Amino acid sequence: MESLRKLIQVIATLLTNGYFLFPQTKNIYQGPLKLLCSPGLNCYSCPASTTYCPIGAIQQILLGVRFSFESGSYFFSSYVVGTIGLIGTLSGRITCGWLCPFGLLQELLYKIPIGKKREVPYVLRYLKYFMLIAFVFLFPLLLTNDWGMGKPWFCKYVCPAGTLEAGIPMLLLQPDLRATLGFLFYNKLFWMFIFLIWSVVTSRPFCKTTCPLGAFYGAFNKISFIKLELVKANCTECGACAKVCPMGIQFNKDEGSAECIMCMRCMKDACQFGAIQLTYGGSSLSAQQRISKNNTV
Amino acid sequence: MKKNTKNTRLRFATLLPLIVFLALFLFGVNAGEPQRVLEQAWNICLDCIGIG
Repeated sequence: MESLRKLIQVIATLLTNGYFLFPQTKNIYQGPLKLLCSPGLNCYSCPASTTYCPIGAIQQILLGVRFSFESGSYFFSSYVVGTIGLIGTLSGRITCGWLCPFGLLQELLYKIPIGKKREVPYVLRYLKYFMLIAFVFLFPLLLTNDWGMGKPWFCKYVCPAGTLEAGIPMLLLQPDLRATLGFLFYNKLFWMFIFLIWSVVTSRPFCKTTCPLGAFYGAFNKISFIKLELVKANCTECGACAKVCPMGIQFNKDEGSAECIMCMRCMKDACQFGAIQLTYGGSSLSAQQRISKNNTV
Repeated sequence: MKKNTKNTRLRFATLLPLIVFLALFLFGVNAGEPQRVLEQAWNICLDCIGIG
C-alpha cells in the first residue's frame, strides 16, 4: 500500500508540474490546463506548474474584490472555494496523503536518518486554522492600501512551497529578477529552510502546523464520502495504529480527526484485527473487512 | 434503529455541504470567475513568490 501511495504521489506531482519546456521558454506554463485546480498545495507561479493553486487563487481574488464589485463582476472566489469544497466533501484530507507534492517532499526528507525524530507540540497544530482564516481570507480582504488593494498574505510572507517551487526557479530562469531581492525574499527563504530542516526530524511539520489547505480539507474528515472508520467491536486498543501514523494520532481515540491524511498505514500496515475500514458513502471498501465479516457469519 | 438515524444524519451532513459547494462552484462559473483565475495563473505573481 505504501509503494502504491508513493507511486500515486509521484504521478500527481508530475501531472501538476508537467510543463518541461520551461528551460527553453524561461517562463511559466500559460496553457488552458491552468483552469484546473491543483488538489494539493502547488504554487502556480512554478515554471513547471500546469494547474492553479487554490490557496493562491483565493487570495488573489479577495485582495481585488472591491475592484471586481465596482466593475460589476461578482468575483469572491466562489469558483475556487466551491472546487476545493467539493474535493473536501468527497474525500476529506485524502489529498494531503496521496496527491500533495509538498507533502511528498516532507515525507522524503523525514526518511533521512539524521537526528532524533520528534513530534510537534500539539498546540502548534491550531496555527493552520489561523493561517486559513486570517492569512488566506481575512487579511487579503480587509487589510488594504490607500487604493483598496489587499495583499496575498500567506503567499507573500509564509508559503515555503512558493519559494521552493517558484521563487528560486524563477530567479535562476530570469536573472534580471535578482536585482529586486530584499527582505521579503529572505524572510520567505528563512521559512522555507525552517520547514525543510524541520521535516528531517518531524513528520510533515508544515501539514501539521501551517498548511491552510490541510486545515480546510480536515474540516470534512468526519463527514466526507470517503473516510476511515473504526469498527469498535474489533478494536483491542493495542495502540499499533498510533505507532505508524505520520500525523501522530491514535485512530481509535480520535476517529475522523482533522489531522488524519488517510494514508491508510494504520489500516494496512498496523491493525491486525480489521478495526479500521475504508468507507465510501457509508459502505465498506475494505476487502479485509468484508472477508472477516463473511467468516463470522 | 439508532445506527440508521446516525447514518441518515451523516448522509445529510455530507450532502448539505456538497450541495452548497456545488452551488458556489456553479455561481462562480456563471459569473465568469474561471477566466479571472486563468488570467491570474498565466502571470507570474512576483508578490506571491517573495520577489518584488
